[in-house]
Amino acid sequence: MPQLQCTNLTIGYENLIVTKNLNFEVNKGDYLCILGHNGSGKSTLMKTLLGLLKPLSGSISTGEGLSFNEIGYLPQQTVVQKDFPASVWEVVLSGCQAQCGFRPFYNAKEKQLAQSNIEKMQLTELKNRCFRELSGGQQQRVLLARALCATKQMLLLDEPVSGLDPKVTREMYETIRRLNKKEGITIIMISHDISSALTYASHILYVDDEPFFGKREDFEKSDYLKALTSAKEENA
Amino acid sequence: MNEFLDKLSIFQYDFVWYAVIVGVLIALCSALIGVTIVLKRLSFIGDGLSRVAFCASSVAAIVNVITNDIVITLPATILCAVLLLNAGEKAKIKGDASVAMISVGALAIGYLLMNLFPPSNNLAADVCTTLFGSTQILMLTQSQVIWCAVLSVIVIALFVIFYNKIFAVTFDENFSRATGTRTSLYNLIIAVIIAVIIVVAMNLVGSLLISALLIFPALSAMRIFKNFKSVTVCAAAFGVVCALIGLLASILFDTPVGSTIVVVDIIGFILFSILGRLVCARR
Repeated sequence: MPQLQCTNLTIGYENLIVTKNLNFEVNKGDYLCILGHNGSGKSTLMKTLLGLLKPLSGSISTGEGLSFNEIGYLPQQTVVQKDFPASVWEVVLSGCQAQCGFRPFYNAKEKQLAQSNIEKMQLTELKNRCFRELSGGQQQRVLLARALCATKQMLLLDEPVSGLDPKVTREMYETIRRLNKKEGITIIMISHDISSALTYASHILYVDDEPFFGKREDFEKSDYLKALTSAKEENA
Repeated sequence: MNEFLDKLSIFQYDFVWYAVIVGVLIALCSALIGVTIVLKRLSFIGDGLSRVAFCASSVAAIVNVITNDIVITLPATILCAVLLLNAGEKAKIKGDASVAMISVGALAIGYLLMNLFPPSNNLAADVCTTLFGSTQILMLTQSQVIWCAVLSVIVIALFVIFYNKIFAVTFDENFSRATGTRTSLYNLIIAVIIAVIIVVAMNLVGSLLISALLIFPALSAMRIFKNFKSVTVCAAAFGVVCALIGLLASILFDTPVGSTIVVVDIIGFILFSILGRLVCARR
């Protein structure tokens, strides 16, 4: 039983179909990269998987003890966060919010979870710093630590390296790979970066009029990759 | 000097202390929720909703509710707050435009109604009081004082209980929703809190000046502090201190309460901005 299975999924907004006929499944420990050109529906798919949008038709089901609320999410940063006065500790701890339910305050176990994720992301020295004063890479690590507070099983990452410099980008990819290999966390990532996707991912979902889903090796042999790279060269 | 002492002798009366208590409670509530309002980019919502409350209170004056016009203003304002905040995402008319629409619309209708059905002989004074607050907060009736106190305590309790949820929902609504927090419920609670504060604060500073009580403490605190908890605590303290100074000054110099408090807020904001620059420069 896969952790996440999408069958004949059609996604979009009320009266606008963005993409249809998506079929794919994600098993525990997979590293899935979602590729596709701008406007192909990658972000819409992500929102649908997170339950922020309802699928227009088709179904999404979860298995292996994963429930929808246990999916960690690394969003693209919003305008609000650029001048929000919040310490690293407050941001990471807010990842435990869902576990609180109606309980107003965090308990010791949740604080401990936040602390251990801060250490895992090497943020210990930044714990009391203000989130908005950190560098781009540090901010992404904070948001990753927050996402880890919300999940032990699956992370959804929305272009986690956009706006980061090459060195920090590589570190970010390594961190994500470590979480995938060592902690066994399933990764689903939206990416623009084809070469990294081919380096790190185990599976590829290419969102298009005729979508592709399969192992990375199969994608590399397929015509999709050729089409994608040649289109890129034309643009450049 | 003697003149000032004479004026301070007014503090021997209970009703003055009631006014002080109400002023402090209102300032405290507004400052607390103000942090969220500023961060959610809703600074104008105070203006919009307060004019709704103004409109509702003219209606109340016409139908002549016997007990207290809060019976009409509170539900009307809560309704508008919920509509404005919750429709935000789906609405065809976007945030700032709908706030502007409701705010001028309500102001116009309210004033029109007051002209058509004047509640008393002195229309200008009535309008002035609703827009800029009681010239003397000391004229608050006992039932107003009790209403203010009860509602303020409820708001403060709600804020403390939902503090962590409010933070999570304000910082990143999508993340909270995706991980299973009931964001629409908490947005609803935030909307209700804002509406209650506005109705209560109308007594103190009037409907045109409410935004000042909401946003100045938060903005001032954000000049200096860098995390949510300190900003909230500092904003609350700032609001209370400014309200106290403003109340005292208005008694000493015979100035209108609302605008005096706002002027004190402005001075406080300037001081905090300078202080914030100095703190930054030293680092």
